[in-house]
Amino acid sequence: MTTGTISAKNLKQAVQAIHIPPVYYFLVIITLVGITLDQLFAKGNILSNPVIMTNILVRSVALGIVAVGQSFVMIGAAIDLSVAFTISLTAVLASQLMQGDPARVPMAILIVFGIGIVIGVANGLIVTKLNVNPFIATLGTGLIIKGILNGTFANYKGSVPKSFQSFGYDSLGPIPISILVLLVVVIIGWFILSRTKFGAHLYGVGGSREIGRLSGLRTARIVTGAFIISSLTAVLSGLFIVSRLGSGAPWVGPDGVYDLESIAATVIGGTALAGGRGGVFGTLAGVLMFGVIDTVFNQLGVDTYLKTVLRGAIIILAVASYSIRSGREAA
Amino acid sequence: MTTSAKKPLSMQLTSMLLSVWNLIKRIPPVYPVFVVIMIGVSQLNPNFATANGILLFLRRSSPLAILAMGQMFVLATGGFDLSQGSLVTLTVIGSSLIIYNNESAGYTAILIMLGIGIIVGLVNGFVVSFLKVPSLIATLGMLLLIKGGGLYWTGGAPKGYLTENWRFFGRGYIENIPVIGRFPSAVIILLIVGVIMSILFYKTNLGKQILAIGDNARASQLSGIKVKRVRMVAFLISSILAVVAGVLIGGYGGTSIVAGDGLEMQSVSAAVIGGALLLGGRGSLIGAVFGALTLEAIFSLLNLLGLPKPFRDAVQGLIIIGAVAYASITSRRRD
Repeated sequence: MTTGTISAKNLKQAVQAIHIPPVYYFLVIITLVGITLDQLFAKGNILSNPVIMTNILVRSVALGIVAVGQSFVMIGAAIDLSVAFTISLTAVLASQLMQGDPARVPMAILIVFGIGIVIGVANGLIVTKLNVNPFIATLGTGLIIKGILNGTFANYKGSVPKSFQSFGYDSLGPIPISILVLLVVVIIGWFILSRTKFGAHLYGVGGSREIGRLSGLRTARIVTGAFIISSLTAVLSGLFIVSRLGSGAPWVGPDGVYDLESIAATVIGGTALAGGRGGVFGTLAGVLMFGVIDTVFNQLGVDTYLKTVLRGAIIILAVASYSIRSGREAA
Repeated sequence: MTTSAKKPLSMQLTSMLLSVWNLIKRIPPVYPVFVVIMIGVSQLNPNFATANGILLFLRRSSPLAILAMGQMFVLATGGFDLSQGSLVTLTVIGSSLIIYNNESAGYTAILIMLGIGIIVGLVNGFVVSFLKVPSLIATLGMLLLIKGGGLYWTGGAPKGYLTENWRFFGRGYIENIPVIGRFPSAVIILLIVGVIMSILFYKTNLGKQILAIGDNARASQLSGIKVKRVRMVAFLISSILAVVAGVLIGGYGGTSIVAGDGLEMQSVSAAVIGGALLLGGRGSLIGAVFGALTLEAIFSLLNLLGLPKPFRDAVQGLIIIGAVAYASITSRRRD
C-alpha cells in the first residue's frame, strides 16, 4: 500500500488493527456532548479552565485503580464485592498506624498491603477450594470486614503525616502524582494481562474454568492470583483516599460505592461479566466516562439526585448499546 | 456364637445409621440450622417460645421473607435483582409523600406504589431480556434510578408521615381471635403471599420454566419456552413483592430514607441460605422463607447475646459463606 492514500477504508483498517475498545467512542461522544452542553448552558469552563480537566482525572484515580483490579477478577469470570470494605479498612488502618508520624509510613504501608494479600488469598480460597460462588464469597468477606471495622472504629481515627499527603495533592511538573500512579497501575495491568503467562492463563480460565483445568492450568492458583491483585489495588485506592482526606473513616469505601461502580466501569469498558474477554484500557475509559459525566453535571449545576438518576440510565444504556447486538441471552 | 451373632447386628446397625445419615444429608441444611438457632434463642429469652413470641418474630421477619421469595424467582432464572432495597425505600418515602397527612389517601398510595413496582419490574425484565444487559448491571442501574428518583421526588428528606390505615399492614393486629387473642396483620400478608407464590412456583408451568431457564436458557428456548417472557415475569414478581415488603417495613418502622438500604443483599443471602443456586437452575421457595427466618433468628440471637450491632454483618458474612460452601460440597458428592 502506497503512502498518502487516505481513504475511509484504510482508516477503518488502521482502527481495527489497534483494537480500540468501543467504549472510547462513547468517551469521545460523551466528552463532546458534555463540552457542547457546557458551552451552551453553563460558563464553558471545561474548555477554558485546565484545572477542571485535571480534576476529571484526579476524581477518577481512586475508582480507576480499584477498577483495574476488578477487571482482573472479572476476566477470570469472578467478581469482587469486598473491595469497598478493603478500601475502608486500608484507609482506617493506615491513618491509625501512621499517627501523623512520617517515620511510621513504610511500616504502615507494608502492613496494609500484607492485609490486602490476606484478603485476596481468603477470597481466592473460598471461591476455588470451597466452591462458593464469587458473588456470595466476596459479599461474605466484605460483610466480615465491615463488621469488624464498624465494631472497632466509630469515626475518623489517627491521621497521615503531611509528607504522605503528597501522594494525593502534589504534582510532578504539571501532572499530579496520583494521575501518574493511575497510569502506572493501568500499564502494569495491561502488561500482566497481555504480555505474561499469568495473563494468558487468566483469559483461558475466565473463558472456561473446566477447559482451563483440562488443559493443565492450575485454575485455583490463577483465580486466587486475580483476587490478590484486586485486593492490592483496593489497598492502593484506600491509601490514595486517606492521603486526600488526611484521616480514614470506616465509611469511605461504601460511601464511594467502589464495589458496584468498579464493576459497572469494568463492564462498560467491555469486559464480559461471564469472563474471558476484556482489558484494562477499556476499564480506564469506563472510569473516565464516569469522571466526565460527573464534571459536566457539576458544571451544569444538575441536582445531586438527578445526577444519580442519569448515572443509572447511562450505565444501562452504555452496556445495552453493545450487549443488544450479542446473540446470547443475558441473565 | 455370641460374636457371630453380634457382628451382623453391628453391621445392621451401621447400615441403618448410614441410611439415616443419607436421609439427613438430603435434608436442606437450612432447617436444622433454623431449629438449632431457635432453640438457642428461646433458651436465652423464654418469651420467644410462647405463641405470642413466635408471632412477633414472624411479624418482624415477614418483610425479609417476602423479599427473599421474590429474589428467589429471579435467582432461579440465573439473574439478580439488586433494585429491591431501593424500591422498598421508594415505597416508604413515596407513600408518605402521596398521603401527605391525608388519611383517605392511604390505600391510593399503596395502589400507586404497586403500579410503580410493576413498571420497575417490567423495565428490569425488558432491559435484561431485550437489551441483553446482564441483570447485575441492569438492576444496579435501576437501583441508582430509583434511589435518585425517589430522593429527587421527595427533596432528599421524607415528607409527611404515614397514616394509621397505611401502617396497619405492617404493625396492626386482627383482634379477638380465639386462643391466641390477636394476630399480626403482617403475618397474614406473609401467608397470603406465600400461598400465591407457592402455587405459582410449584403448581404452574411458570415455576418449572423458571428453573429450566436458569439451568440452560438455550435448551429451554429450543424446547419452546418463551424465555424472554418468563424472565420478565420473574423480575415483575420480585418488584411487586419489594413494594409489598416496603409497605410492611414502612408500617413497622415509619418513614426513613434508609428504610431499604442493603435489603437486596440480605434477600440474596436468605434465598441462597435456603438452597437457591446463584446463576440459576435450583431454588426453593420454602427454603427462601426459612433462609430469611434463619437470618432474622440469628440477628435476634446476636442481640440477646449482647454483641454490638456491627458484628451482625460479620456473622451474616460467615454464615452465607458457610451455607453455600456446605451446599456446594454436599452437591458435589451427590453427583
